[in-house]
Amino acid sequence: MKPVKEVFGRAYPLGRDNVDTDIILPGRFLKTITRSGLASAAFESIRAEPGNIFENPVWKGAPIVIAGQNFGCGSSREHAVWAMMDLGILAVIAESYSDIFSGNAFKNGMVTITQPRHNIVRLLDWAQVGAIAISLLSQTITFGDENVEFHVDPFRKECLLKGLDEIGLTLGFDADITAFEQDLSQRQPWIALPL
Amino acid sequence: MSGLRTLYEKIWDSHVVHRRDDGTCLLYIDRHLIHEVTSAQAFDGLRANGRSVRRPDLTLAVPDHNLPTTPRVDGSGARMTIADMDSAAQLEALERNAPEFGIRYFGATAPEQGIVHVVGPEQGFSLPGTTIVCGDSHTSAHGGIGALAFGIGTSEVEHVLATQTLQLTPSKTMEVRIDGSLGYGVTPKDIILAVIGRMGAGAGTGHVIEYTGSTCRSMSVEGRLTIANMSIEAGARAGVFAPDETTFAYLKGRRFAPKGADWERAVSAWCALATDAGASYDKVEIFDAGAIAPTVTWGTSLDDVVPITGCVPDPESMADPARRESMRKAIGYMGLAAGQRMQDIAVQNIFIGSCTNSRIEDLRAAAQVVRGRHIAPEIRQAIVVPGSGLVKRQAEAEGLDLIFIEAGLEWREPGCSMCLAMNPDKVPPGERCASTSNRNFVGRQGPGSRTHLMSPIMAAAAAVTGRLADVRDWMGVV
Ligand code: SF4
Repeated sequence: MKPVKEVFGRAYPLGRDNVDTDIILPGRFLKTITRSGLASAAFESIRAEPGNIFENPVWKGAPIVIAGQNFGCGSSREHAVWAMMDLGILAVIAESYSDIFSGNAFKNGMVTITQPRHNIVRLLDWAQVGAIAISLLSQTITFGDENVEFHVDPFRKECLLKGLDEIGLTLGFDADITAFEQDLSQRQPWIALPL
Repeated sequence: MSGLRTLYEKIWDSHVVHRRDDGTCLLYIDRHLIHEVTSAQAFDGLRANGRSVRRPDLTLAVPDHNLPTTPRVDGSGARMTIADMDSAAQLEALERNAPEFGIRYFGATAPEQGIVHVVGPEQGFSLPGTTIVCGDSHTSAHGGIGALAFGIGTSEVEHVLATQTLQLTPSKTMEVRIDGSLGYGVTPKDIILAVIGRMGAGAGTGHVIEYTGSTCRSMSVEGRLTIANMSIEAGARAGVFAPDETTFAYLKGRRFAPKGADWERAVSAWCALATDAGASYDKVEIFDAGAIAPTVTWGTSLDDVVPITGCVPDPESMADPARRESMRKAIGYMGLAAGQRMQDIAVQNIFIGSCTNSRIEDLRAAAQVVRGRHIAPEIRQAIVVPGSGLVKRQAEAEGLDLIFIEAGLEWREPGCSMCLAMNPDKVPPGERCASTSNRNFVGRQGPGSRTHLMSPIMAAAAAVTGRLADVRDWMGVV
């Protein structure tokens, strides 16, 4: 995973609530067996609308998306995150997220930032005219002369900053997992299955 | 701290391998279901890092999303090839990966094949008190048998394959209490649609729901699986029903369920899982089952729910401008008009299936409605897709297949089918489908498709009338 310290650039002023994973990437594009090559399918239904922000040269290639409540609701497809990243998006600023989406985003090094509605409204306005700087290190969003802070789980922050591989981290607990399994085989012998 | 715990907290606590100071836990996973859509990249990750599958015995792979529901073998018994090359590639990847990593695999032509969330419980692979994950959001279904079950992404699939654990933070708890007896023609599907409609599609975010109350206690396991399945549509990570005698009777004798002395031990352990009296939930919502009518969706979100006796709502009556706008959009996409009676909406497609409603109980009920009748001439496509090979054979043994076929519906092979547009079963653009699946999102059943979610008997009634219909007018009388 690539470390992220900051994200700087224009932000798609998407704004809407309940941007579900079918909007981000329709189900029929889940057919890939690799993680790349999904950019052309990202936000397909929105991109079919005339004058949409994703095809507008002002924002095309922007690394940030700004949205409303419940971003990424719907299916657990990590392809939604891969498609957004393939499109060049590195961070989302929204009022809230589906749990699965923000987990998937984190695991791929995409930053998901939560902001209250009044800040989202200001950011959406600003996104029309200028770029936004997100600093993970100082946990701030800078736009124009303004600065807002955001919260990030300290563990996630460290992983994102260092680009840490979560599986590698967990394998460091191998002895604890083995001890748990030994205890489990005593307590609930029916969990293990013959192969 | 009272020390009193909810069912969810008990299952969580008994699976903690390691707890970090910030509350994040390394949680042990007892059961891992794999399908072809969200696993290929995970297996590639294992290979790239020289890692193996820690507990292949706790892992079960089944293809479901991509498989065509037309016959899988030709006259000579040879396996049919999948015409869509991407679908074929996903299936082939799973067919390669499962044996390479030593994982149990119910392949496309295996008698046990089916939708993962139907296969898990019916094989006794999903058990009460276990943690169950799958790279699919409707994994919440397995909560119907008293498991803590939730969907994960592909990176997490890889994490579970390599370590049999996940790093997670605990969720908040929410009680959805449903009391009273269900009205005539009202099913668990109607309950969950009505519940989400009232609470909102984001109400459960950050929570695990426990379904309680007399309605839930007297419900079949199939009905509980239907409700738990759609917990994710309320935004909740998981939904769980306390295991009870009904659960035990359902599981006993199933293939991977504990046997002999283990069974006795397991049942007594499962009995201790109930939420302690006096334990509190972070949020409580209470429903009266008797007040719930057969329910359908009119729009493109699970917020958009109405009783079949109702009308398409008027966006202009909404105070919140954002809601007004989203309702306008949904009405436009669905090709409806505010104030239109739901029962006047014509449908061209019928889909009875999906992990929400493709179990034997669903098929029996739907067959009762179409028995001795015929689908309306306006219906262009009406398919019944059993959730698994086991369900299919059981239904055939009961003659349900013939009832459907005589009524003009097609009887298919098990899979996800028209629930999502990944296999050949699709709703054509601009057409409308009465569907027993769980998502009415834009394009879910194919580009431009218009979905109305409902129960199997309501979909059956729509098949007979060619429009959304109140099944209560069609039950019992032939
Ligand atoms: S039936 Fe539908 S919801 Fe269920 S697993 Fe398949 S695609 Fe997902």
